[in-house]
Amino acid sequence: MLVALPITPGFVPRQRTDFLDSALGPIPRGALTEIAGPASSGRTTFLGSLLAAVTANDEFCALIDVDNAFDPASAAGVRLSQILWVRCGGNIDHAIRAADLLAQAGGFGLVAIDLGNTPVKTVHRLPLAVWFRLRHAVQNTKTALITVSQRVHAHSCSELKIQLARDRVVWRGKLPGRLLEGIDVSAQCIKNHRGEQHTFYVRRDPCSR
Amino acid sequence: MYAAIHAPGNFPVLVECAGQFSPLVEETSSDNVIFDVRGLRLIFGAPQHIAAEIHRRLGVPGNVAIASNPDAALLAARGIAGITVIPTGREAAILAPLPLYLLGGSPELAHTLDLWGIRTLGEFAALPPIGIAARLGEEGVHMQRLASGTATRQLRLRADPLEFREEFEPESTVDLLEPLLLLMGRILNDLCARLDRQSLATHEVRISLKLEQAPEHRVTLSLPVPMLDSKVFLKLLQLELSEKPPQAGVEKISIEMIPVAPRTVQHGLFQPPSPEPEKLEITLARIRNLVGAENVGAPELIDTHRPDRFRISTIHRPIRGADPLVRGRSPDRPVVTLDQRDQGIARGPGGPPPALKFVLRRFRPPCPAQVWCTSHGQPVRIHSTKGDWRVQACAGPWLASGDWWSDSWDLEQWDIEAGAGLFRIHHNRRIRQWFVEGEYD
Repeated sequence: MLVALPITPGFVPRQRTDFLDSALGPIPRGALTEIAGPASSGRTTFLGSLLAAVTANDEFCALIDVDNAFDPASAAGVRLSQILWVRCGGNIDHAIRAADLLAQAGGFGLVAIDLGNTPVKTVHRLPLAVWFRLRHAVQNTKTALITVSQRVHAHSCSELKIQLARDRVVWRGKLPGRLLEGIDVSAQCIKNHRGEQHTFYVRRDPCSR
Repeated sequence: MYAAIHAPGNFPVLVECAGQFSPLVEETSSDNVIFDVRGLRLIFGAPQHIAAEIHRRLGVPGNVAIASNPDAALLAARGIAGITVIPTGREAAILAPLPLYLLGGSPELAHTLDLWGIRTLGEFAALPPIGIAARLGEEGVHMQRLASGTATRQLRLRADPLEFREEFEPESTVDLLEPLLLLMGRILNDLCARLDRQSLATHEVRISLKLEQAPEHRVTLSLPVPMLDSKVFLKLLQLELSEKPPQAGVEKISIEMIPVAPRTVQHGLFQPPSPEPEKLEITLARIRNLVGAENVGAPELIDTHRPDRFRISTIHRPIRGADPLVRGRSPDRPVVTLDQRDQGIARGPGGPPPALKFVLRRFRPPCPAQVWCTSHGQPVRIHSTKGDWRVQACAGPWLASGDWWSDSWDLEQWDIEAGAGLFRIHHNRRIRQWFVEGEYD
């Protein structure tokens, strides 16, 4: 016997099943997220915290490092054996191609493209189709695609845009015994054209020196 | 029907001779072989003719015996000179006069039988079996069966070493990659089918290409996990050969697969996704072609205090349950690691803003800089290819040095706020040069 089930008005099929937990709230899987900000605004630190969270959950991550800037020694909490690090030597085309291959391969919890030191003009020259293709590659998968750059570039292709800015630098003590304590960062998360304001601190690891 | 050959000191001849009659050969000892001769009646005739033919082909002095069971044939070959054929049911009678030491067995058993005055197999076989079982146990019963020629067993066949290697010599040299891959694909298919029949896989494929008037071209595919997919091997080979093609036409192709036990994986229902090894290997091969093999892999820190020291290794599958924080978690409860707690990711609503740990973005290689300092040695202005900055605030210096016994290094590090960011600079005191090491981000 067939039974007709009522359709709930306004029902939207859910495409993603979960999110990555982060200091700035949930980061969507199966979508593109842009982290943008000027130098020393906590972009790489925030990316490092995402890598640590994903690898702690026994998942693999891929980090496509355009400018060979990732420092494994300072990546606190990241299980380095579960990071696939691709160094592109400044070639952004290689980086996009590698990201495409890794997104197509599937199975990664997070694929990050680090364009933090790449000039804004170079990234801006990438056609919008590149971001559409990358978004399409991770759609309906459990992979979170993250880009780190100085400005947002992907327009409507990215589901979440995180704009970071350094508020102030915190020093402790006086010379010659002064210490760099950290920075205060303000973050604006833009999702569906609605912005949310967050703040977080970046602190130096006391064991790092 | 089994044949046994006894020829002391001629083991290779024995094995070769037995191999001419049967593939089912037991290499009993260095002086004896036993093999199955059932079915040879149609070729050689009666057992006497088979035994004569074996003796003729042996070519060295030796004894040949044929019996209905392997042990009776072996005892007859060891104890009776020349050719012996034991009809079925006459084993005990023919073996009876043979000396008892031919049976072997433990020294205690031999000593006991010697004390009893038993000298031949016939005398031992004539003893009551129940009494033997009561006095000599299981071993005694087995020995008595051997002595009477009634013990039956299967041959312990020699196991040939498994070798999965194939060669192909085309009629003319192959100059182009596509026809070469076509031929290799066929060989890979055959080898994979052979491995599959043995329930094996491979973790290493060795390809050797004999070239026309050029040294041999060798390619080795080292796989992270055992695999058995000829299409994956062919794709990896294609990527490898397109990057490093042979320098001349190929005269001969030789492919060898190293057999290993296949990979067995039990996927958990709540297990997080991980890349499929076969797919990942092809993806990595493509990326290696793109950016170079030395630029792809998992970073691994080297146990040293020297800055920016790491090596690139292969990524590993996580060991489930190795982390006590991960072990035993329920699927609906998100796991929070100690690092995440430190970073404030798991904060509750209304809690303090989270604190993350600084990450350094390195400039590789470090950027040489010209630095102006105060009379106290504090940097005040920096000029480098990254920019010309006036230092707003600084902290330091922190001295770092090491490896004085070999390649020593000696640095004076500073954290500075300058221009549009926070940087780490250092003064290399050995070469008296300043460098911008990286930026805190």
